[in-house]
Amino acid sequence: MSAAEERIVRQSTRNAWLLSLPALIVLIAAASGPLLIVLVYSFLTPGQHGNVVWEFSTGGWVGILWSQDIFTQEWVLADAHLTIFWRSLWLSLLTTVFTFVVGFPTAWFIATRPLKERALWLFLITIPFWTNLLIRTYAINEVLRKEGLMNTVLMGTGITDTPIEVLYTQTAIFIGMTYVYLPLMVLPLFAAIDRFDMRLLEAGYDLYASRMQVLRRVILPIVKPGIIAGSILVFVPSLGAYVTPRVLGGGKQMMIGNFIELQFLQGKNWPLGAALSMLLLVIVMAALLVYVRYANKGSSTHG
Amino acid sequence: MAERAFHVARLPGFATTAIIVFVALYLPIFTLVAYSFNASTSLAVWGGFSLDWYAKAWDNQQVKDATIRSLIIASFAAAISTTVATMAALGTTRRRAFKGQTLIYVAINQPLMVPEIVTAVALMIVFGLIKVWLTSIGMGGLTTGLGYLILAHSAFCIPFAYLPIRARLEGMDLTLETAAADLYASPWQTFRRVTLPLLAPGMIAGAMLAFVISLDDVVITEFVKSGGQDTLPTYMLGQMRRQLTPEINAVSTMLLGLTVVLLTAFFLLTRKKT
Repeated sequence: MSAAEERIVRQSTRNAWLLSLPALIVLIAAASGPLLIVLVYSFLTPGQHGNVVWEFSTGGWVGILWSQDIFTQEWVLADAHLTIFWRSLWLSLLTTVFTFVVGFPTAWFIATRPLKERALWLFLITIPFWTNLLIRTYAINEVLRKEGLMNTVLMGTGITDTPIEVLYTQTAIFIGMTYVYLPLMVLPLFAAIDRFDMRLLEAGYDLYASRMQVLRRVILPIVKPGIIAGSILVFVPSLGAYVTPRVLGGGKQMMIGNFIELQFLQGKNWPLGAALSMLLLVIVMAALLVYVRYANKGSSTHG
Repeated sequence: MAERAFHVARLPGFATTAIIVFVALYLPIFTLVAYSFNASTSLAVWGGFSLDWYAKAWDNQQVKDATIRSLIIASFAAAISTTVATMAALGTTRRRAFKGQTLIYVAINQPLMVPEIVTAVALMIVFGLIKVWLTSIGMGGLTTGLGYLILAHSAFCIPFAYLPIRARLEGMDLTLETAAADLYASPWQTFRRVTLPLLAPGMIAGAMLAFVISLDDVVITEFVKSGGQDTLPTYMLGQMRRQLTPEINAVSTMLLGLTVVLLTAFFLLTRKKT
């Protein structure tokens, strides 16, 4: 490279950074920067009325799993915390699996529509995705409530005599999360199926494969990157869900997100809340790293 | 040929499942909208068509204030995030790979990756610290105001504004700008007269997306707002703890309507020309 070329490259890099600077400043001020403060707070001592005392302590991190008995000062495993973690993990996994089970046929259906119709079907999936999460959760709340649509239909058709009380249970949270996160599963699945060469199906059938064999041996392995992308896109927000468990779990069925809030509001244990936030962040980042690895792999094998 | 390919791609039960999914996706929203026109106070019994709940929502000062606040925050957040995202898009596209490019991408997309509750808690702590500090140096007047919410919203709107702008830039024809430069246009003139008009649809699309995202935010607003700074979604969240009346349905329907209008416009703007 000549000196002149090198100068041009250097100038280009400088311009790129200068142009990106305002965005970076806003992001560091109100997105990335504050996360570092949370990390610091997780190593401080809780204050009497919330907030923190500026003394080093690992209590926040220890408090994730253990709690100290008020009388004996003994450290015991915090069952209540474990229940919340387990519930978050279980409900998120269940949501991921179920959105896949119903999302895959939906994505397949859209991808096999005639080209003209396809945009409309995609638009129909996208609209709920962009509409207010709170409103969608509230809509589910109305369907599930005791005198809501679900019970009206069930009792009207004589399936049950007494209303089923689903609201404020884990089932309600599961239904709600499946409902609000479904588009996140369908969209990447559609993208993967859209690239799928349908001639492979003919080849499969020509070789006497059954429909089930074609599905298992041909379709699923090829669209695997889409499955992984969709699963992570659903799992990550499910694990950090706050609005859905609050509106549909009614404060009784907490997930990690609500548990974090509790530490900052009523719990008055900010370091524990900060440590929980960091833990959630680490899990989410790990899941996203897997996503990036698979997403890159997918694009390199499929052009 | 096309007929046969279509048949081959059909899998048993898939179409039925898909139709059920679409119905299940829209039925709750339609129910919510329908009950906003319910004359009865109950969410269960249909008492005939009426617009009473809209009138009631319209007369509710809290709803009015929250609506205006939401619109102000969304407008500022959309304007700020679109401006900085446009600059960042100009900086990161259409040039050869440079040092730190990945870092900038990660930073821009960071709000999409970090769970909202974590950002919310982080901002609550940081803004709290800033407010204490401002009070201690005698500038307590700056501890209220919408600035904090606008800053928070601007940050998480950046990736949404950036995406369509970047897509537009990447699809743009470089030769037009080269031609302008050949005709002795200054870099600024080229930008102002060629690049910017070509980029405008992407910027409008980005701004609309940012506006919708800001308008919909619940979690971060809930943690950052000071007392009496409810936006429409946080007001609704607060109401959901109390007695539910179709008034929430009316408010939801209005917000839903606004979102759908903006989104439809967005899709028409970004639709690929065939």
